[in-house]
Order: sequence, then structure tokens, then C-alpha cells
Amino acid sequence: MSTFFHRHQSFGHGVHPPESKADTCRSKIRQFPFAPILVIPLSQHMGKPAVPVVRQGEEVLRGQRIAKADGFMSVPQHAPATGIVRRLGLVPSISGQMVPGIYLKPHPGSSQETIEGEPCDLATASADEIITAIQSAGVVGLGGAAFPTHVKLQPPDGQSIDTLIINGVECEPYLTTDHRVMLEQTADIHTGIRYLLKATGAERAIIGVEANKLDAADALRAAVPADLPVSVEVLEVKYPAGAEKMLITVLLGREVPSGGLPVELGVVVVNVATTAEIGRLLPHGRGIQERVVTISGGAVGRKGNYRIPIGTPLRFALEQVEVSEDVSRVFLGGPMMGQALSSLDIPITKGTSGFVAFTAAQTGDRPNEYPCIRCGYCVDACPIYLNPCELGLLAKNAEYEQMADDFHLMDCFECGSCSYVCPSHIPLVQRFRLSKAIVRKRRAN
Amino acid sequence: MPPPDKTLEIHTSPHIASGTSVDIIMRNVVLALLPACAFAIYLFGLTALLTLTAATLSCLVTEHLLCRARGGASTLGDWSVAVTGLLYGLTLPPGLPLWMVVTGGVIGVGVGKFLFGGLGYNAFNPALVGRAFLQAAFPVAMTTWYAPLGADRFTSLPSSTLTFPFASPVYDVVTGATPLAAMKFDGEVTAATELVMGLTSGSTGETGSLLILLGGAYLVARNMMNWRIPCAIFVTVFVISGIFYLVDPIAYPSPVFMLFAGGLMLGAVFMATDMVASPLTGLGCVLYGALIGALVVVIRLWGGLPEGVMYAILIANAVSPHIDGLIQPRVYGTRKPGAR
Repeated sequence: MSTFFHRHQSFGHGVHPPESKADTCRSKIRQFPFAPILVIPLSQHMGKPAVPVVRQGEEVLRGQRIAKADGFMSVPQHAPATGIVRRLGLVPSISGQMVPGIYLKPHPGSSQETIEGEPCDLATASADEIITAIQSAGVVGLGGAAFPTHVKLQPPDGQSIDTLIINGVECEPYLTTDHRVMLEQTADIHTGIRYLLKATGAERAIIGVEANKLDAADALRAAVPADLPVSVEVLEVKYPAGAEKMLITVLLGREVPSGGLPVELGVVVVNVATTAEIGRLLPHGRGIQERVVTISGGAVGRKGNYRIPIGTPLRFALEQVEVSEDVSRVFLGGPMMGQALSSLDIPITKGTSGFVAFTAAQTGDRPNEYPCIRCGYCVDACPIYLNPCELGLLAKNAEYEQMADDFHLMDCFECGSCSYVCPSHIPLVQRFRLSKAIVRKRRAN
Repeated sequence: MPPPDKTLEIHTSPHIASGTSVDIIMRNVVLALLPACAFAIYLFGLTALLTLTAATLSCLVTEHLLCRARGGASTLGDWSVAVTGLLYGLTLPPGLPLWMVVTGGVIGVGVGKFLFGGLGYNAFNPALVGRAFLQAAFPVAMTTWYAPLGADRFTSLPSSTLTFPFASPVYDVVTGATPLAAMKFDGEVTAATELVMGLTSGSTGETGSLLILLGGAYLVARNMMNWRIPCAIFVTVFVISGIFYLVDPIAYPSPVFMLFAGGLMLGAVFMATDMVASPLTGLGCVLYGALIGALVVVIRLWGGLPEGVMYAILIANAVSPHIDGLIQPRVYGTRKPGAR
């Protein structure tokens, strides 16, 4: 084992959940068929929902813009298929609420060729033009957060970006989309980095890859063009190494100030799949109409990585991969931070990096909750050195202000390490999510 | 075919868990204590077996009945009271009248644990609360020691074991001073090999230092014990008593003697490390251990009692929440510990 001889860079604390990536990490990205109906929410990103520019009954071409950005904190949507707009209305969402969206029925007989827009020429485009092109392509963080990428490429006045970090860590168990993208779209990634370096004015780029993907690190390193200031760094396998703050600390040895943003350190972090999409789309002036998704878990027959049209309902996707009848839990994203679904009618969106279906045997019975025994496992697990033990007790007593004021509740990014290790099975991170929401609400009032 | 939605289970993330559990930790502590228990029975025979059994059963029954009396479910399933019972038994002198054993067990679990709110809320180690009660109530019985390896230890019981409740125990077999008492009151030093091998008088389970360390090492390897606490205790005791020994080797015992005599090993490895009653942070645990070590030396060298491990740990238990209040981990992205 190479890790035995060479200690990879890492951060303090963290946890080591089973990686569970072997089932899919060698599975090449395969194109997914079109569902009979695609469900496209207008808000697949943080910020303001997009505004539809098509009418009911209108024929659209694959790649055509069907909704435009509503201001700066917004991105457009593109048609994932050539077809007909069946309806503008409400579509199901993961929160359980119905949200505005577009139902699109793909034409079965269509060639499904993607229309091209105006290319963004790397050689001649200015930084502002690249940033506009990134917004026009509907690019958001594909790692799961779905934050509009063009927004974070523009530092506030008085701040500048000198280092671009490309996040290829993918520390969530089960997920292997970034792994496959790094292996199969290596050239797109380096093209994307060129766009990003020019857009931000950064002097260098660092690609961070976890040590369980050494083949990807080697492929990226081998393909770095001679004129591109890119280095590839390998990180120890530990959760949550892919969290923005952890990645910055491991690569640069500096901490993002509490309550602050990476840009205060002159850093911007972009997910590797997002980078690959930028490199793939911008030269052709296209928009995001599909994404790579890992489908895995014990209940899935054909586990693997698939390029799936945005708007594909999960029910259709699960049928395609032959989900077994004893599926008991499905969650979007990985098992550490992923959100469980109450309905399979919700669609795959830009932020869906994967979904995992567990059988009843995998989820098991709900374990007994014991009182906190102050073992300190959570204190040793928290990657940002919070005191989840104390925070958990305060949350139980509804001392939300003290949690925020004295124990840095609002810094918690909800990685779930504390809940993962708790021998009393206390749902710590869930308490913190609720507490944060309560504090935010009170502060807003 | 995907199932209808109503069969999908909703659960908040994380959807996987490390698999550890309070009952698993406690069962492992019991396992780690078994070598010391076996050695106690080898040294002191039937009376040790009865003491350990009575101690454990009295704690289990007390917890079970109190839970039922409160109208809740029994908490025997978390195994924590089994740990308390065994530890409590190991701290008692062999030959202690069984009715006293039972009384201390009831007090330890009833007062030391249940009245505080049960597992997770006990400020003090319940086993030591039970023992402290006995020390105060029956000081003579608690400081009368049998010599180990008695010839008929497996065939007969010392008459004191079966003393009728509230009667004075009669001691009919050879009693012997513990190494600490011999040192304190007679200035006699026990041979180092006997001490390290544990072939001395003492509490039922405190003399088998090497087996105690073995059990502790097992728990540390399984990440079920904070190694900083015993290490801090050992280092503090060794350093402080070492300084006095260097100054005056005749008046003061050697630091090695201090480490292996009395209940230090049992206390440092299994008592001070009670997760509930010890600090959360690494630095907090070091301070807590150092406090215990310093108190042990002070009580042993200058106190009226030959042994001070129990009181040192109980005092440190009381200080532990304040150590946690003072020492918080430095939160990522902040300059000072606990900075706002």
C-alpha cells in the first residue's frame, strides 16, 4: 500500500467511513435514455429562480434556452431534449413542496442533436466575457451545493483571487462521478481551468484528489499542458476532506476565517466536474442539459455512472438501473450528507451528484438512543473543532443563542461526522441544522 | 420496479453509522476487567469470587428496581451498571462482610448514579461513591486485609465474609498490611517484584497491575479509553514522588513503588477514565489526570490515610465539568480558544 510508505496531506480530526466506491469507480460513464417526460424545476441553484422564455405547446430543441437568468444571482435553464413543452406549472421538489417548473416531453423520433450557441473563444474573450459565458451556460456547482459558479468567480471590491483550487476530492462514500470525470474528461478539465484562470486572474491552479483515486491524479498530471500552471496534490483518504474549508487548509495551510469566505484568502474553490463542464460547454456555446450521476447502493441492480438528462424523474432512473423491490431508503448525494426522499417523482437536477438506494437490510433497525456519555468521540471527529457534545446538550435545552454566540454553531457545515461516530446514536447534526435555522430566523426578525 | 412512495423510509443524514454503541463500549470494558477479576480470584479465592458477585448483582438489581420504580424501562441493556458493579467489587477488601458489599452497591448506584439522573449524568464515578460510603461507615472493615494466596482459599470462606448484618466481623485468617500501610505506618518497603506481580495484600482487584494495564491497553487499542488520563496520572505521580525520593530516599517511597502500590493502577486505568465523569478534550484530560496524580501523592505522603486514589478521583470528578468549561477546542478559523 502506497499510503503506508507515503503519508498524504490531511487535516486534523475527521472520520473514516467505509468508502463503498468499488462498485462504481470502474464503471465508465454511460449515456442514459430520455424519460417519457422531463421535469425541469426553474430553481436548481441557490439564488433567484430562472424565468421561463417558452410557452405551453412550444417545440424546443435540445440545448435551447428555455428559461433565462433573473438577475445576477441566477442562471438560465436549457432544454435537456428536443421535444414539446407540455406544461408550465408546479413540479415536485425534494423539500416536499411543489415549486415552479417546466414539463418537457421529448420527441421519440428526434435525432436529439444539441444546438450550439455562440462559442466563447478562450484566446480572445475577456475575463468578464468568460464569466458571462459561464452564467449563460447555466453553470452551478455540480458537487451538490449548486451555487452559481459565475458569482464566486467575481471577488468583492478590494479583494482578488490568486489561487484556483479544483476540488476532485469526492470524499462522500459511494459517489464516483468526479472520479470518472477526472479519468474520462481530463482534457475538458484542463480547458476548464484555462477559462477559470483567465476569468479570475488567478496565477495558479491546484487540483486536490483523494488518495483512493491515484489513477485520476496520474491521468490529470500526465495531461497538464506545459504552459498551464497546474499542480495535482493527493490528499489522505478521510471524510470530509472535500469540504471547501478542509481542502483549503490541507493545500495552503491556512484557515478560512470563521464566518468568512475563501476569497478572503485569495482563493476560489471549484468542483472538478463543474470545471470539466465549463471546458466542455464554453467552446461550443452550449448550456448544461445533462450531468454525470452515480447510482449505487445495495438495492440497485446496475450500479454505475450515467450521463443523465436534467429533469429525469428518479422513478424512471431507478427503473432503468433495475432497483430491487426491497428498496427502503433513497437519498440524493452520498450517505453522509445526502437527503432522503419521500417521493420518487422528483427529478435529477444540476446539483444531483448521485443517488443511493439502500435495502431494508442495509438501513437496519433504528438503533437505541442512549444518553450522552461524554465519550468525546464527536469532539475528536468534528473537522472544524466545534464541541458537538456541548452543542448537542444546549440544543436539547433550546439554548440556541448560546450555541451561536459561545460555541460557533453557525460555522457548522453539517458534514455529519459527529452523528456518524456517536455511540449513543444522538442525531447531533440534525439538531444543529434545526438550531441553525432557528437562529437564522430569529436574527432575520 | 420502484416501490410506491409510502414504503420509502425518511431519515436525516448521515445514513450510515460507525457501528459503535454505548453497550458495545461497556461490554468491552467488562471484557477488559475480566483478567483482573480472574487474578483476584486466584489470589484470594472464594471470598473474592463472592465479593465480586455480590457487588455486581447488588448494582444490577438496584438499577433495575429503581428504573422500574420510576416507571421507565430497565437500563441494564446499556451494560454500564455491569461495569460499575465489577469495578466496585474490585476496589473492596477481600473478606469484607457481604452485607456491607451489598449496602455499598445500593448506595453507589442509587445515590451515585440514579439520583443524578442515571447514565450520562453521574458527576462522580458510582463505584467510588459506593466505596467512599463504606470507607466512612465501616472504616475498620474497609482497612482489614487478608494476605494473598492463603492455603485454603478455594475450600473455605473467612468467617468475616458471612458476618450477619450489623454484627462486627470476626477475622480468623491471617491478615496482612497492604504495601502502602506497611510503608506509612511501619516504614517497610515491599519488594519490587512482589509489588509488580501483585502478590501482596490489597483490595480484591487492585494488585494485578500488569493485568490491569493489559486491559487498559486493549481498550485504548479499540479507542474506548482516553489514554491521556492514565498517562497523565502516571507521569505526575512518578515525577512528583520522584523529586521527593531524590531529595530524601529514606523518608519517601520510590516513584516505582508509588505507581505499583495500592489502587493507583486500577484507579488510573479504569476509574478515572469513566467517560461521563472525565473531561471531553485532550488537554482537559491531561489536566484532569495531572490533578489526580498530584492529589494521590499529597494524600499518600502527607495525609492521614495510606491510600488516596479514591478521594483524588472523586475530587477530580467534581472539577471535571469546570475543566471542560475552561478548555474548549480552538474552533477552525478563530484565533483564540473559544474566541467569539
